[in-house]
Amino acid sequence: MTGKQLWSWLAVAFAGLYFLLPLVGMFDFSMRMQRGVYSFEAYRIVLADPQFQQTFGYSIALALLTIVLGILLVVPTAYFVRLRFPSLRPAIEFITLLPLVIPPIVIVFGYIRIYNTSSVLPLTGSWWGTNILLLCGYAVLSLPYMYRSVDTGLRTIDIASLTEAAQSLGAGWVRILAVVILPNVFVSVLSGAFLTFAIVIGEYVFAALLNVNSFGPYMVWMGGNRAYEPSALAVVAFVITWACMGLIQLFTRFSKFSTARR
Amino acid sequence: MSFLDIRHLQKSFGALRVVKDFTLGIEKGEFVSFLGPSGCGKTTVLRMVGGFETPTSGAVSIDRRDITALPANRRKIGMVFQAYALFPNLTVADNIGFGLKVAGEGKAEIARRVAEMLELIGLPQLGSRYPFQLSGGQQQRVALARALAPRPQVLLLDEPLSALDAKIRVSLREEIRRIQRDLGITTIFVTHDQEEALSMSDRVVVMHQGVADQVGTPFEIYNRPTTRFVAEFVGTLNLIDADLVDAAAGHIRLAGVPVTLDRAPPSRAGERISLALRPETVALGRNGGDIVLPGRITEVHFLGPVIRVRVSVEGGGSIALDTFNQADRPPPSIGAPVDISMSHRDLLVLAA
Repeated sequence: MTGKQLWSWLAVAFAGLYFLLPLVGMFDFSMRMQRGVYSFEAYRIVLADPQFQQTFGYSIALALLTIVLGILLVVPTAYFVRLRFPSLRPAIEFITLLPLVIPPIVIVFGYIRIYNTSSVLPLTGSWWGTNILLLCGYAVLSLPYMYRSVDTGLRTIDIASLTEAAQSLGAGWVRILAVVILPNVFVSVLSGAFLTFAIVIGEYVFAALLNVNSFGPYMVWMGGNRAYEPSALAVVAFVITWACMGLIQLFTRFSKFSTARR
Repeated sequence: MSFLDIRHLQKSFGALRVVKDFTLGIEKGEFVSFLGPSGCGKTTVLRMVGGFETPTSGAVSIDRRDITALPANRRKIGMVFQAYALFPNLTVADNIGFGLKVAGEGKAEIARRVAEMLELIGLPQLGSRYPFQLSGGQQQRVALARALAPRPQVLLLDEPLSALDAKIRVSLREEIRRIQRDLGITTIFVTHDQEEALSMSDRVVVMHQGVADQVGTPFEIYNRPTTRFVAEFVGTLNLIDADLVDAAAGHIRLAGVPVTLDRAPPSRAGERISLALRPETVALGRNGGDIVLPGRITEVHFLGPVIRVRVSVEGGGSIALDTFNQADRPPPSIGAPVDISMSHRDLLVLAA
């Protein structure tokens, strides 16, 4: 092994340890709930907790709705910007990046100020309103990921020709978007969707400040009140996130038709 | 009024006028090619007919119905693109059936029509494939079938052969023409390839700087070009300057040799005029016509069936000529003194 290779391996090993050691430590700790034996007791307790089931189910539902809203918002926007207003692309890209620059706490304070009970649109005053506000907030949080992946997907297909071909065959905008454009950027939409899912599942700031009982606040509450269960919960959350990443890879590789192979 | 009527079409992009007053009538079932270099406005006219560009002024009508303001998806015009533009997520059959599905046809009718179209393009077994599993030529055939399936009133072909290799281009252009004749569909074909335009079309429109320079049959365009641009763009051409001696009588002096033209040139005596001459109308030796010019061979290009020879004429200028290759006779050699001959009837007097 040459000196150069040795240093490369050392760098990789260091990075690997940096990422894996805390995970291994956390997993190890989560298995030690019962004295003297390794067991999944902490996982059993967590998974059997009705509050876990309720908050986790709620967050999954909210994540799915966020994905639908994100697709409805982002796919037509990215498509028309590319097709009709290419000069607007830098501006739109900047806007979609804003949620990465502005801290969530600032965004949610803005929401609470604008949509409070004494405002014109008192969304925070009702259960439905709060949920809608949270949904819209999550769609905003996921914008950078959703927009970027959809836009990248659109770049790989000749949307102008496909659109004109569909138009010459009589198709209107809704059909073009649903039957021609969306299926061809499906893999990109999916990767945006999984990232959105991962963000929404563990989100804390929005949910806590809007006083919504979702999975994020539940994890924090658990962390403050129990010893072993929070570690188990963190491992569960990690597995979900990693499963999402794995699914992105899987769909990218095994999609029935690949634009790259054309 | 013609079946497809294009009247005074103009298109500007900002200050740039891409199409200037384009007028053309196309009869039902006619195959018309727009031929010209890139940037001449041919594709823009096609896209205005298709509804993908809005004319700055002018009108387009099909079968006496004004369609200028009609959106592309309601014009019933089929279009084939240079980049195929097949929907990658749909099978060949679904691609072909797309327009029928949009039109709300029943499943059985779609299946029947798709089978008929696949038969027409000679790919009956490929219905279940995806576009990426087809060759370029096959993809373009499918694109043609897709455009024809909903029985459009007019078919627009936007350089459909440009992305294909030479052999497939020739076979596909013959196939396109056969299908067009069989179906009798009114067709506009845009190309920058003169061979395609001449070999396929009923009429050719040679476009230059946003106007139709000349409209005519391939025979007229090639043999009787009316402008210098058409003469230069279509085929290979010798451009020779001559002195006008007597305009009314058509007497000119070509490389010092007196010649009488059939048609009086539109200039005054004493002026220089421009004459054009196809290489295949000039012969080596003295037997090619009434005008004989002595010269010396400066270039010889062996092209296979044809040998192109360039001769520097004694009275000034140089003329290229084509002679057939003959296996038992070696090609002419550079530097050899030769006589070349031509008929005064083959000399074209160019307007501009």
